[in-house]
Amino acid sequence: MKLIVAIIKPFKLDEVRQALTDIGVHGMTVTEVKGYGRQKGHTEIYRGAEYVVNFLPKLRIEVAVDSAMADKVIEAITSHARTGQIGDGKVFVTPIESALRIRTGETDSDAL
Amino acid sequence: MPAFSCRAALGAATICALSATSALAQQPAAAAKIDPADTAWMIVATALVLMMTIPGLALFYAGMVRKKNVLATMAQSLAAVALISVLWIAFGYSLAFVGDGPWIGTLERAFLAGVTMESVNPAAKTIPEVLFALYQMTFAIITVALVAGSVADRMRFSAYLLFSAGWFVVVYVPLAHWVWGGGFLGTAGLLDFAGGTVVHLSAGIGGLVAALVLGRRQGYGSDNLAPYDLSLAVIGTGLLWVGWFGFNGGSAFAAGSRAVFAITATHLAASAGALTWAAFEWATRRKPSVLGMISGAVAGLGTITPASGYVAPWHGLVIGVIAGAICFWACTSLKQRLKYDDSLDVFGVHGVGGLTGTMLAGVFATAAIGGTAGWIESNPQQLLIQLYGVAVTLAWSGVATFLLLKLVNLFAPLRTTPQQEMEGLDITQHGEALQ
Repeated sequence: MKLIVAIIKPFKLDEVRQALTDIGVHGMTVTEVKGYGRQKGHTEIYRGAEYVVNFLPKLRIEVAVDSAMADKVIEAITSHARTGQIGDGKVFVTPIESALRIRTGETDSDAL
Repeated sequence: MPAFSCRAALGAATICALSATSALAQQPAAAAKIDPADTAWMIVATALVLMMTIPGLALFYAGMVRKKNVLATMAQSLAAVALISVLWIAFGYSLAFVGDGPWIGTLERAFLAGVTMESVNPAAKTIPEVLFALYQMTFAIITVALVAGSVADRMRFSAYLLFSAGWFVVVYVPLAHWVWGGGFLGTAGLLDFAGGTVVHLSAGIGGLVAALVLGRRQGYGSDNLAPYDLSLAVIGTGLLWVGWFGFNGGSAFAAGSRAVFAITATHLAASAGALTWAAFEWATRRKPSVLGMISGAVAGLGTITPASGYVAPWHGLVIGVIAGAICFWACTSLKQRLKYDDSLDVFGVHGVGGLTGTMLAGVFATAAIGGTAGWIESNPQQLLIQLYGVAVTLAWSGVATFLLLKLVNLFAPLRTTPQQEMEGLDITQHGEALQ
């Protein structure tokens, strides 16, 4: 099993969610985060006081899938989250040691 | 408020005394001078001005501080309402508006002792005295609440309460008496319709002194101190703007053209102020900000305040433009050059605005409207009287604020500890947090 973590631009959420549903992924967790990489921040000015804001709002999507699905998921996320502009984000894949569905107690692949 | 003649006051007082004791007091034609229209308007005006503090100023200020201090900033406005209301009725009203000594009034109306359903204050003969007292109370409240803006994010709540009570007694009450309650500034002919000196300049200079005494916030000039939620500040501005119809319009103490002229000049000044500040930002920063628009509007409102009942409505446009320009300069250039941390620009907007407006009242005063001629009607001497009022206010508020802060500090440290400031005032002063 793999945990796929993607940092994407916030407005891309619906597109990515739809793409994942289309390939059979029916659950995910989304968090609002701030971050930066090569995309520079911006400057805000309040009555003459300037503040350089380095962090940009992003969304963190987490999807847990069987290892066999991982490549398809990565491709779905990447192709739909891409704009071609700096700041599109990143995808990370980490192995899952075990998983459990709380309501039923099912484990591992049955829990995904 | 228009200056009143001693003779008229004596006449009114005599009539009131007679009508209170006369068996004919029930006859409407006899002597009851209370006018229902004036009274109705002044009740509304009182509510409007109270609304300016809660929730107007509470939202305006709180929206501009950081998240960890939002509730504490609102608490300062709430506490001002509660504390100053009690002190005003206890002795503030009496000392400010009862008795005609040049320096201070008397305590005959402490806790509104002796008021009847028919009694009136000589300054507003057609409305009940209690209503006059209530209306004036709302001015005292907002003046005190304004000062806190300069020291946002770093004043200890206990010290704030002590300071507010003391400032009310030592600065506000005397000034209100001197300008409006029959004291020496009013009798000298100072034109201050609704509080350019008594409210805005005194609060502005008090705030500046407090900002200098307490010192800059941690991270000022380096950290991100961006506003938590400017939409709160915009809502607050709307409440202030509309409430100002009661602040300036109600200072006519009558439902009539004077009030309407004042309201119109007020509204135009706010509009012109907003547009002017936006224009300056557009020119210097390439973008007009929302904070700039609301700041310009409030600058216009504060500046027109002393002049509103003495000038033609269209003068409000001119005064608003001047206000937007000069307050923009004060809040950006002046503040950056002198590096003081007047957090919410109480001095830059209210102090500078109040001073400018008081002088402009001397420029634009129109005899046919407010009974006094200004420079445009060939009476430049009025400017000297205005300058006198400004100087007295600056000196009194400035010095008294400084001494009071030093005194309060002996009982409660003015500033929160660096650790408390870092954690935030909401949790450290009040044990609460926005989720």
